[in-house]
Amino acid sequence: LTLALVLAALLAVVCVVVVALPFIREPEPESDTLHELDEDERRRLELLETRDRALAALKELEFDHRTGTISDEDYRTLVGPLRREAANALRALEPSRAGKRAVPETREGRPTGGRI
Amino acid sequence: MPELGRAALLVTLGLATYALVAGAAGAHLGRRRLALSAQNALIAAFFSTLVAAGVLLAALLRHDFSFTYVARTTSEALPTGYTISAFWGGQEGSLLLWLLVLTGFGAAAVRLNRGWARDLIVWVVPVFAAVAVFFSFLLVAVASPFATQPAPADGAGMTPSLQNPYMLAHPPLLYLGYVGLTVPFAFCLGALLAGRPDERWLVATRRWTLFAWTALGVGQLLGAHWAYVEVGWGGYYAWDPVENAALMPWLAATAFLHSVMIQEKRGMLRVWNVLLVILAFSLSLFGTFLTRSGVVNSIHSFTQSSIGPWFLGFIALTVGVSLAIVFWRLPQLRSPTKLESPISREAAFPYNNLLLLALCLTILWGVVYPVLSEAVRGEAVVLGRSYYDFFLRIFGLPLLLLMGIGPLVAWRRASFRSLVTTFRWPTLVAVLTGLVLLVLGAGSSVPGLVAYTFAAFVAATIVLEFARGTRARKALGADSWPGAFYSLLARNRRRYGGYVVHASIVILAVGIAGSSAFDSVAEARLARGESMRIDDYTLLYRSLDERVVENATEIRATLAVSRGDRELGTLEAGKNAYTVEQQVSNEVGIRSDPLTGEDLFVIAEQIDPDGSVYFRVFVKPLVNLIWIAGFVFVVGSLIALWPDAREQRRLVERTREIGLPATR
Repeated sequence: LTLALVLAALLAVVCVVVVALPFIREPEPESDTLHELDEDERRRLELLETRDRALAALKELEFDHRTGTISDEDYRTLVGPLRREAANALRALEPSRAGKRAVPETREGRPTGGRI
Repeated sequence: MPELGRAALLVTLGLATYALVAGAAGAHLGRRRLALSAQNALIAAFFSTLVAAGVLLAALLRHDFSFTYVARTTSEALPTGYTISAFWGGQEGSLLLWLLVLTGFGAAAVRLNRGWARDLIVWVVPVFAAVAVFFSFLLVAVASPFATQPAPADGAGMTPSLQNPYMLAHPPLLYLGYVGLTVPFAFCLGALLAGRPDERWLVATRRWTLFAWTALGVGQLLGAHWAYVEVGWGGYYAWDPVENAALMPWLAATAFLHSVMIQEKRGMLRVWNVLLVILAFSLSLFGTFLTRSGVVNSIHSFTQSSIGPWFLGFIALTVGVSLAIVFWRLPQLRSPTKLESPISREAAFPYNNLLLLALCLTILWGVVYPVLSEAVRGEAVVLGRSYYDFFLRIFGLPLLLLMGIGPLVAWRRASFRSLVTTFRWPTLVAVLTGLVLLVLGAGSSVPGLVAYTFAAFVAATIVLEFARGTRARKALGADSWPGAFYSLLARNRRRYGGYVVHASIVILAVGIAGSSAFDSVAEARLARGESMRIDDYTLLYRSLDERVVENATEIRATLAVSRGDRELGTLEAGKNAYTVEQQVSNEVGIRSDPLTGEDLFVIAEQIDPDGSVYFRVFVKPLVNLIWIAGFVFVVGSLIALWPDAREQRRLVERTREIGLPATR
């Protein structure tokens, strides 16, 4: 019983130390706040997702066209909007203009990758 | 040392409670150290649960019958393998396994994703912790595996039907599946609470969901094979409530794995995906509740217990809170894109989802109907096999067909002319297969014939996709045909792994249709020297033997099997009488034909003192395809699960580009 209690106490102490570790390591940190995305960062994240989604879709479309799963006719219909979507996102992400440029719009009139 | 076990569980409860409270406070107030401390608490909870699990395992291996749990589930004579499996053979042990896997998955998911999803992780931790609080509370206050008693001379032993090698794999795999569904649930709610319902929670949990789904699928197939060889009723799936309990979350997770692609590729179905994840997790809780509460009559109901109301309360709380959070975040879940054409892949997926969900809810209704009818009319009415078989055909056959249609339709929009070109070969193959089978006599079962025809269609689309893809890779510069094939798999593991999984479902469907729609059965009481016939098999009852093994007495009838003029050898069927447990089990005899996949299945239903035996014999065409499908399913899942370094780099890069700080 004594050994069990000693081991249990040891376990509890180790766990308390592990839990307290962030406070032990940094007793007086410069900043204790979690990094929150601001409006511009959120918009950039959405644009990055739109860019990656469009590029991945383009890649898949090209491959499916090559395999014959997508016909020439369907390929021509689909490739244009996808390229435009990717290009819009890439333009909006250009570092020099980030945060200043207006977010381009899609055909539906919604901001590309705009706020969700 | 039960005190250490109890203390370790108490520590887990404390850590989980801290992770819940401190994690939620840290995330809400934006306190970095508090949030990190909560993450550490969740990780530490895994290790304290591991200590508790170690104590129970040691007690099992030492046959320490002063532990009530050990005395109730094992005996001195029980072989070591089954003694280990007793860990999850009883209620308290299986709940401990739940908690161990839960905290382990929580710790791993937090560690692996905090490089690029830290803002989500801070909210994921309290969600994980809330589930851990529930299970650790149950183990501390309601169903402790560390209750003690004056040690009896021997334990009560293990239920005979559990004394099977599958006991070592089937329950743990199901638990990995059930608990694994906590990961997408925690990330989904975490993303909603954080106000970040973008695609990252999907990417963070895709492989976890796939893993849980694979484990549930394989666990069910192993359970089916276990039932087939051990339970001795001649089938592999009885629509038993506990079997259904594993099937329901698997179906919901299958729907999610499909619809999630629409959100990732098109940004659509956000609300739907969130609801599917909540449903899958709630059904996994419901499955554990069904298995452990004894609320419904089931072959798996080994114990009646008092944890039922706790589980029902937790399920109600989970569903209520989750739906409230979804409702709160509804404006953020609006899709930024719209369906461009009704003839597109994203338009085909919702049909697949609706069919899967309809099947899932139909099964749920079948499971709860006896309980509801008893509550309302005072009489439990059980919905039998015909109910489930009917809806399996109604929803399952169109699902099979859609599995072939979906992959060949383009995203966004497809022209009618393109569809005709794409589908002509698979359709031709399907029609020819149907006609040939009809001529061969398969028309005796219309659903069986339709299943074979649809299976041929899907198989043709899969072969076509692989052939075209490999040819394209070769044209793009692969050195050889095997190299082109490998390159095809490696460059889009998810897609082609998915096709392999589809192939496994085709094989499964053919196996199920063959063994259930075209099987034969014969029964006869035979004295030694007498014979019986079924199809073109003849079985001659030769002898009856008795032998004593480690923990049972085996009685076996030996039958000589022949087919036409050809001798096929002998087959043994009989019963085991378990000494400690004072129970008897059926031990069936099975002869498999490796060329046709057919089984000759013999049950010795009744053995009389004069040595005569009442035999029930089945011939099950193609039944072995079901088990082969399991192997193909695992291969496909592994291909899809394999980590993609390029994707990970892209996600980390994306996080870096928006300026989120590196992991600390």
